[in-house]
Amino acid sequence: MNNIDALKELLYKMADDQLIIGHRNSEWNGLGPILEEDIAFSSMAQDKMGQSEHLYNLLNQLGEADADTVAFTRNAPQFHCSHLVELPIGGYDFSLIRHFLFDFAEYLRFEALKTSAYQPLAQVAKKFFGEVKYHTMHANTWVYQLGHGNEESNSKMQESLNFAWNYALGMFEPGPAEEMLINENIFIGEEALQAKWLEVVIPLLEKSNLVIPEQSSWAPIYGGRIGNHTAHLQPLLSEMTEVYSIDPSADW
Amino acid sequence: MKITPAFIRNELKQVKDPEIPTISIVDLGIVTGIEVSEKNAVHITLTPTFAGCPALRMMEDMVKERLGKIENLGEITVKTSFETTWTTDLISDEGHAAIKQHGLAPPMRNCAHISMEILEATSCPYCDSNDTKMKSPFGPTLCRSLHYCNNCKQAFEGFKPV
Repeated sequence: MNNIDALKELLYKMADDQLIIGHRNSEWNGLGPILEEDIAFSSMAQDKMGQSEHLYNLLNQLGEADADTVAFTRNAPQFHCSHLVELPIGGYDFSLIRHFLFDFAEYLRFEALKTSAYQPLAQVAKKFFGEVKYHTMHANTWVYQLGHGNEESNSKMQESLNFAWNYALGMFEPGPAEEMLINENIFIGEEALQAKWLEVVIPLLEKSNLVIPEQSSWAPIYGGRIGNHTAHLQPLLSEMTEVYSIDPSADW
Repeated sequence: MKITPAFIRNELKQVKDPEIPTISIVDLGIVTGIEVSEKNAVHITLTPTFAGCPALRMMEDMVKERLGKIENLGEITVKTSFETTWTTDLISDEGHAAIKQHGLAPPMRNCAHISMEILEATSCPYCDSNDTKMKSPFGPTLCRSLHYCNNCKQAFEGFKPV
């Protein structure tokens, strides 16, 4: 694997995570428990999808097909997203916990990439960093409130955290050429990112009155980065690409 | 006639943000490059406010349309680039006034370390009171947040600092 392939692998997994979580967020459109939350998840969906498009554009500059083709014509085994983002939205407790775990990882990823030696990526990371900051603030506000709400809200959040934890660790599945990216100062690597993430999310979750699963039970769920996905991804893709499949030239 | 970048900038002050029609794209701070060649070909660089902002392509077209009306202009090209990172600090003072005129609270300046606490202190665009409450960091467009003024009992929107 040469350094361009390594860079593409990094961009693909970031872009695919953004696109798929964006689609999942959009599923709250019209269903949010209160109007403000409906708007919040829809806004975050819009941010994520916009960010994914710009990442696909970077891939396009590296010789991959254009953003629409890449986003709408691949099947599940060709996607590089983590299992965490594929899971159905579930209840609001799960969607909030996933949002919290995912967005803090994104926030730290973009923070690290702001100084990437690959300038086009550093430039978009600077932009995305400022946007995702709002996503983390939103996530933390709600996790804190519901963690401290009452027994029912706390236990729902705790159960969702227990369920999501190993999926969240799966976000940091090591890539095949991380050393190359690290040596060339393109990216700090998944292991270093995970360490930063744990340092940030553990104290926040504890402040929210939630208990981190026992470390002996930690078992990251990998596979997404190499195209092995849950059964939930293909139905999502089929729904997302329905219009495109009927008329690839449709415009609005 | 030789066209100058200053002339072009002035023309672009007539191009308004489609979502906040009181502010020009120049005062919004998204015009990051104006190049005019020997043959009066014009190359404009815009930087996105938000990565997912749907108004971006519309603004590119509006720039082309506005400049297309100028006589003696050569080829017009418009490109979007992240080279300059847009932040709300790039909005001019005139831009702040225009945002307020539209009924939105202008973004606080120097908000590199934005937090929920900072957003809570947004001034009401109607009565200027600081006794306000943020209802949500997400509003009807990506650049807006939702607030409520305890003084004049009015819900309002703010332009989010980024």
